[in-house]
Amino acid sequence: MSPLAPPTRATSATVDGNEAAAAIAHRLSDAVVLYPITPSSPMGEFCDEWSAKGKANLWGQVPDIIQMQSEGGAIGAVHGALQAGALATTFTASQGLLLMLPNMYKIAGELTPFCMHVAARTIATHALSIFGDHADVYAARATGFAQLGSANPQEVHDFALVAHAATLDTRIPFMHFFDGFRTSHEVAKINLLDDDDLRALIDQDAIDQFRERRLTPDAPVLRGTAQNPDTFFQAREACNPFYAAVPDAVQQRFDQLAQRTGRAYQLFEYVGDPDADRVVVLMGSACETAHETVDRLVAAGEKVGLVKVRLFRPFSIRHFADALPAGVKHVAVLDRGKEPGATGEPLYLDVVSALVESGRPMPRVLGGRYGLSSKEFTPAMVKAVFDHLGHDDALNHFTVGIVDDVSHTSIPVDPDFSTEDDDAVRAVFFGLGADGTVGANKNSIKIIGDHTDQHAQGYFVYDSKKSGAMTVSHLRFGPRPIRSTYLIKQAPFVACHQFQFIRTRRDVLDPLAEEGVLLLNAPFPPDQLWDELPREAQQAILDKRATVYTIDANRVARDAGMGGRINTIMQTCFFALSGVLPRDEAIAAIKTAIEKTYAKKGDDVVAMNFAAVDAALDNLHQVDVPHEADSTLDFPPIVPEEAPDFVQRVTAVMMAGKGDDLPVSAFPVDGTWPTATTRYEKRTIAQEIPIWDPAVCIQCNKCAMVCPHAAIRAKAYDEAALAYAPEGFPSMDYKAKDLRGRQYTIQVAPQDCTGCNLCVNVCPAKNKAEPRRKAINMERLLDHLDDEKARFTFFESIPPLPRDAVQRIDTKGSQFFEPLFEYSGACAGCGETPYVKLLTQLFGDRALIANATGCSSIYGGNLPTTPYCRDANGRGPAWSNSLFEDNAEFGFGMRVALDARAHEAADLLRQAAPEHAGAILEADQSTEAGVLAQRQRIDTLKQHLRGLNGSSTPQSRRLLELADDLVRKSVWLLGGDGWAFDIGYGGLDHVLAQDRDINVLVLDTEVYSNTGGQASKATPIGAAAKFAAAGKAIDKKDLGLMAMSYGHIYVASIAMGANDNQTVKALCEAESYPGPSLVIAYSHCIAHGYDLAYGLSQQKAAVESGVWPLYRYDPRLADLDKPALQLDAKTFKGSVSEYMRNEARFRIVEKTDPARFKRLAKHAHDATLRRIAAYQHMAELRLSADDV
Amino acid sequence: MDLNTTYLGFKLPHPIVPGASPLTSELDTVKQLEDAGAPLIQVHSLFEEEINQERVAVDQIDQLTTDSMAEALSFVPNPERLTFGPEEYLDRLRRIKESVGVPVMASLNGATAGGWVNYARRIEQAGADGLELNLYRVATAFDLSGSDLEAEDIAIVSQISREISIPLSVKLSPFYTSAPSVAAALAEAGARGLVLFNRFYQPDIDVEELEPHRMLQLSDSRELNLRLRWLAVLSGRVGLDLAATGGVHTAVDAVKAIMCGAHVCQVVSALLMRGPGYLATLVQELSDWLDEHEYDSLAQAFASMNMEKCPDPHVYERANYLHLLRNWRE
Repeated sequence: MSPLAPPTRATSATVDGNEAAAAIAHRLSDAVVLYPITPSSPMGEFCDEWSAKGKANLWGQVPDIIQMQSEGGAIGAVHGALQAGALATTFTASQGLLLMLPNMYKIAGELTPFCMHVAARTIATHALSIFGDHADVYAARATGFAQLGSANPQEVHDFALVAHAATLDTRIPFMHFFDGFRTSHEVAKINLLDDDDLRALIDQDAIDQFRERRLTPDAPVLRGTAQNPDTFFQAREACNPFYAAVPDAVQQRFDQLAQRTGRAYQLFEYVGDPDADRVVVLMGSACETAHETVDRLVAAGEKVGLVKVRLFRPFSIRHFADALPAGVKHVAVLDRGKEPGATGEPLYLDVVSALVESGRPMPRVLGGRYGLSSKEFTPAMVKAVFDHLGHDDALNHFTVGIVDDVSHTSIPVDPDFSTEDDDAVRAVFFGLGADGTVGANKNSIKIIGDHTDQHAQGYFVYDSKKSGAMTVSHLRFGPRPIRSTYLIKQAPFVACHQFQFIRTRRDVLDPLAEEGVLLLNAPFPPDQLWDELPREAQQAILDKRATVYTIDANRVARDAGMGGRINTIMQTCFFALSGVLPRDEAIAAIKTAIEKTYAKKGDDVVAMNFAAVDAALDNLHQVDVPHEADSTLDFPPIVPEEAPDFVQRVTAVMMAGKGDDLPVSAFPVDGTWPTATTRYEKRTIAQEIPIWDPAVCIQCNKCAMVCPHAAIRAKAYDEAALAYAPEGFPSMDYKAKDLRGRQYTIQVAPQDCTGCNLCVNVCPAKNKAEPRRKAINMERLLDHLDDEKARFTFFESIPPLPRDAVQRIDTKGSQFFEPLFEYSGACAGCGETPYVKLLTQLFGDRALIANATGCSSIYGGNLPTTPYCRDANGRGPAWSNSLFEDNAEFGFGMRVALDARAHEAADLLRQAAPEHAGAILEADQSTEAGVLAQRQRIDTLKQHLRGLNGSSTPQSRRLLELADDLVRKSVWLLGGDGWAFDIGYGGLDHVLAQDRDINVLVLDTEVYSNTGGQASKATPIGAAAKFAAAGKAIDKKDLGLMAMSYGHIYVASIAMGANDNQTVKALCEAESYPGPSLVIAYSHCIAHGYDLAYGLSQQKAAVESGVWPLYRYDPRLADLDKPALQLDAKTFKGSVSEYMRNEARFRIVEKTDPARFKRLAKHAHDATLRRIAAYQHMAELRLSADDV
Repeated sequence: MDLNTTYLGFKLPHPIVPGASPLTSELDTVKQLEDAGAPLIQVHSLFEEEINQERVAVDQIDQLTTDSMAEALSFVPNPERLTFGPEEYLDRLRRIKESVGVPVMASLNGATAGGWVNYARRIEQAGADGLELNLYRVATAFDLSGSDLEAEDIAIVSQISREISIPLSVKLSPFYTSAPSVAAALAEAGARGLVLFNRFYQPDIDVEELEPHRMLQLSDSRELNLRLRWLAVLSGRVGLDLAATGGVHTAVDAVKAIMCGAHVCQVVSALLMRGPGYLATLVQELSDWLDEHEYDSLAQAFASMNMEKCPDPHVYERANYLHLLRNWRE
C-alpha cells in the first residue's frame, strides 16, 4: 500500500473505529437492525443518534433504526428486510455473531447483497471476554459471507464503503470486520469519505436489480423452499461463479477508491523487502504493528516482509500467491484465534493450502497464535516471530506473547525491542473512571487533530470495576502515520490524575521513559510532595532522571466552582508541559473546545471552565527532586499475608496489573476459580465512610440491608467476645427480646466501602440534639481509616449468630446472617447488589446461581477478584455464567441435576440405610432450624456409611457421595431485564412453565445497564434510553402478570427502598415455594440519571405513585380459598409525573419535547391506574380448585 | 362601567390580571383565563437557580457515567440534547404568546448577573410583551449589607433595561427598609412598574420526623393591608405603574388596591381556589360595586386613597402603629 495521504484539515476528523464504520453504514442503509453487544454497540448508537437528528442516507431518507430482542432477532429482521427490498445493515460481535449464523447461511445462499460490520471479539469458552480476537470471524467463515478485515480506523472507514459497494457488485453478502476495542475503540484522525465518494463507488444499477429481486405480490416468486437429495447439491453449486468474481470485484473497488483518495489497498498487501526470505501473514489490527516492525527491520537490513490479509473470504489463491515475494523461504501465519483439535488455525490452513494449490515453490510454513482477547501484540513479538522463523528447529503451532510452560508452545520475546518513533509525542494518563480523564484526552486528540497536520491516536484501557475504576489513556501524536496498535511502553510524558494510584500502584511509573516528565495531581504543596511518595516510587523517579510537576487540581477545581471536576485542569497542564502545541495556541484551543462543549450549559459554566484553565497554569509547579529516595512510605502489599496461596500467586499478580506475566501453568485448566477473593482486594476508594453512633442507633439493621457492597454489617454477639476488642470498639446492649443479653455492633469495612451514602440516607434514627446527624454519618475516611480497620478486623473475628438463633427473618433478622456476596465491583450505590447480597444471606449456604450475562455477571464473576464467598463451614453460593440468552435453561438444568441426584440418593438411602430413610426423607426443611437438623441427620448418616468399612456396598459408597444432596438446595436464576424481558424471555417462559423448583430473580433496571442504557421491553413509557431517545412510546411489559397467568408460578414484585420487609418476605416465600418462582426487583441504576444516594427514596416514590406495584402472588393461597394475589402497596400518593421528573431519563424527554412528555406522562398515569385496578380486582379473586 | 386602565403602556379593559401561578404556565388554563376575560397574562417565573441546579446535577451524572467503563462509554442517549437551559420555559412562553390575543408578560428570577441579562434577552426574543423581574432572594450571608443587595438589584434592573426594549416591571418583597428610595432607584434604573409584593414559601417543621418543610399557603384578604400601605405611599410619587399582588380575593379588595394606587390587581390564590372562571366574576363584581357606588369609571376611583389624596395620610405612617399600640396597652 502506498503511504496514507497526509490528512487534510478540510476532510479529516478524529473518530474511533466504530464511528468510522457507522458513518458509512448509516449513509448506505434504509434500515439498521441490531442488538447491543460490546464492543459493537456504539456503531448502532451513532446511527440512532444520527437518525434521531434527521440525518439522511445517500438517497435522502432517514434510516430506520430498530433494536430487536436478540442478535438472532436482528438478523432475522435483516433477512426479511433484504427479501422485501430494503438495504439493511447490522452491527455485532462475538456471541451475537454466533446467534446470527443460521440466518447468514440463508442470506448468502440466496445471494443477497448485504453488508454487516463486526467488531471482532473473543467467543466465551472457559471464560467470557469482551475483548478482541478473531474467534467470531472464524466461526462465521463457513457461512458463505465474504469477510473483509480492516486494521485501523481509516481502513475501517474505507473498507466499510468497499464492502457495501462490493456486495452490490457481486451479490455475495459481506462481513466487514475489525478488531474489537483495539480498532473499534481507538480514536484516530482519519480522512473522511464524502457523499460523492459513496456515490462513485455504489452502483445504482445493482441497487435497482436488488430491489427488483424483492418479494412482492405484484410479481410473486418463492424463496426458502425445501429441497431433496435429487437437487440440493447441484443447486448449491450454482453459486460458484459469484464467489469466483468477488476478489477482482473488491480489488476494482479498492482501485477506484485509490484514484479518488490516494489511499491504495490490495486484497493481500505485501510490505517489506522485495527479496525477503522471511514473511509473516496476518490480518486485523496486528498488521499495523507488524508493518511498523517490518519497516524498522528492513531499514536495519533484514530481509523480511509482511502480507496483510484484507479479503479473508473468499480466499483468492491467485492474489495471495502474487503478493508473496518469489524468494520467500519461511512463512509464519499468525492467527488471532484458537481452534483446539484442528491441524492448525484457520488462516494458517488457508495459507498452506493456497501455497500448495498455487504451484509455486513451497516455503516452510509455520502457524502461530497471538493476541487472544486483545492480548498485547508488540513489535518485539513480531521480531520474535521473524527470529523464530530463522531457526532450523523452529516450532510449528507456536504461541507468541505468553509464557506457555505447560505445552511449551511459546517463543521467546526480547522485551527491550521497540520501534516507537522518536519524533512522536507519547503520553500516558492514569485517571479514575469518574474523573473525566478519558473525555479530556479524547478532547485533546481532537484539538491536536484539528489544529495541526499531525497524526493522532488515542486508546483507552478501563479496569473491570464499575466503581473506583482506573482508566489508562495512551495518546500518540506524530508527523507520520501511527501504526502502533499496542499500548505505550515508554512515554516521555506520564500523568497521574489521582494521587492514590502513585501511592499504591507500582505500575504507574512503569511507562515513564528515561528523562520523562511526570505530572502528579496531589493534595500537597510542591515542597511536601516528595515526602508523600513511596520510597520505591522515589527511586524509580531518580533512576529515570524524571522531571516532576505537580498541581493540586482538586483544590483548583473547587476554587473555580467546579466541584471535583479536574479534567480541564489536567488537560491544560498536559498541553503546557508536553509542547505538542505552542502553549498559547493550546490554551486558546482548549477554551474554544470548552465554549463548544458548554455553551448550551450556560455562560457561568463556560466562565468557570475558563477560570479553571487559567488557574491551572498558575498552580502548576515543578518539584525539586532530591538526590535520594528517603521516604518512610512503602507501597502497601497487594494482598495481605494471610491470603491463600492461589491468591498470592495468581490473583495478586493480576491485581498488580501484571497478569500478562503469568504463565499458562498458573491457571486452572477449565475456568474453575476459587470464590471469596474480593476480600483480599482492599481498594480504599471512598473519600468518606459511614461511622456508627450507638447513642442514636435504634438497631433496625437497615443500613446493613441496603449496602450494595456488604461494607456495613451488623452483629449480635455474646459479651465475652469483647474481651479482645481493640480500644474504642463501639458496642451496645441488644435491645429486642429475641436476642436480649447480647451485645450489638454496626461496623463499616472502611477499605471496601465506596462512599455511596445509601446507608446514611436510609437510616431512620436522628440525633435529637442535632437532627442532621443520624445513627451513622459520613465522615472523612482519612480521619477514621486506621481505627476502623482495626475495628473491622476484630469485628470479623466475632462469630456470627447461629442461623437458627435468628427468630424472625425480616429486614432486621436477615442482617444477622453473613453476606456471602461482598465487596463487588458494582457501581457505588448500585440498586441490584443489595438484593443479591440479601439472597446470599438467606440461602447462600445452599444456593446454586445461574447468572445471565450482564452487570450481575460482571460484578459477580469478572476477574481478578470475585465477590461470592463462603461461610465458616466452607459453604456458599456456587455460581456460573453460561450466556446471556440461555440463563433460564442453564439454571433449569442445574435443578434437573440436583433433582436427579436427590432422587438417586433417596432410592439408595431406602436400600442402603433404611433406618435413616424415614427421618431424612420426611424432614421439614422449610426453616433454618429444619435445614440445620437435616444437615445433622446427614452427618450422622455419613458417619454411619463411613463406618461400614469392609461391609460397604457399591450402593452405600454411592450414597456417601450423594448424601449432601438430601439437604434442600436452592437454585437461583439471576439476570437483568435485558435477559428476562428480551433475549432470554423465550427460555424463561419455558422453564417457568415447567413444574420444577427454580427461583428467578430479575434485577430490573428497566434498561440494558451493562452495555450503556439501551431500551429493553422493561423500559417504562416516557423514559429516554438508547434506541428510544425520544422517550419510549409504549408501556413496560408486565412480566409478572404474564407469569401469574399460568397459575402455578409464585410471582412477586419488590422494591427494597419502598418496603424492605416485603422484599425479605417475598424472597423467602419464593424460595420455599416448591415450584417455579419469579421475583422482579426494582433496581435503581446510574442509567436512570440521578445521584444514586437517593436510589431508595426514588424506589419509594415509584411505589407510592403506583408506577411500581408491590405484590406477592402465591398459588398456595388459592388452595386455602384465599386470593392468590396480595397487594403490598395499597395506598397511593404522589403523582406519576412528579416521580418521573426526578430522573434525567424522563426529564430529557420533557426538556426536548414537553408536549410528548406530557402525553407520555399522562399515558403512564392512566396505565398505572389501569394496572392498579386490575391488580386490585385480582386481589379480590378467590378461586380454589373446587370452584374451577 | 368603564374599567379601562393602563399598565406598563398596555391599555387594558379592566385591572384584574391573573398573576404568575401554575394557571399561567399551562396552555389550557391560560386559554381558560383568556376566555374569562384576562386582559393580560402574567406567566410564571423562569428560575435561573433551578436551571443551574439541575444542570450541575446532570453534568455530574454525565461525568460520572461517561468514558468510565469499557462496555458502556455513555449511558445517556444523544447526550448533547441533555442541556438544561431555559428552552423549556421559552418554548412554553412562545406557545402561550401564539395562542392568546392579549399581552403576555414573562417573569424572571435570575441567580447570576450574566443569567439575568441573558435570560431577559432570550425572553424578549421569544416574544414576551413585557417582563416582570422577580427580585426574590433570602439573604443569609453576614457579609452582605442591605444596601449592597439593593445596589445589586438596581444594577441588574439597569443592565436589563438597557438590553431589552419591552417594558419592565419589578416584583419586590415587602422587606425593604426604605421602599420609596428603592422604588425611586428602580424607576431611575429603567423599571416601568412595581409589583407589590412577592409572597414566599415559608418553612415549617415536622416535629415527629425532625424535618423542615417548605410551605406555600394561599393568601387571603387579610394580606392585602400590607400592600395597601405601600401602594398608597408610592402612588403618584414615583414614576412607576403599580400592581397589587397578594390578598386580592374580592371586588372590594380590588377596589381598595385601586383606590390606593394600583393600576392592576394580580389575582392568584382566588383563581387557584375557585378556578379561572372566577376572573370574570371578579370583573363583574368590580363593575357592579362601582355602579352601586355611583362612580363614573374606574379612573375616578384610581389612587383616590393614596397618601397624597386620602383624608388622613398619617394612617399610612409609622406613628399610626405607635398610636394603636398605646391604645391597646391602655
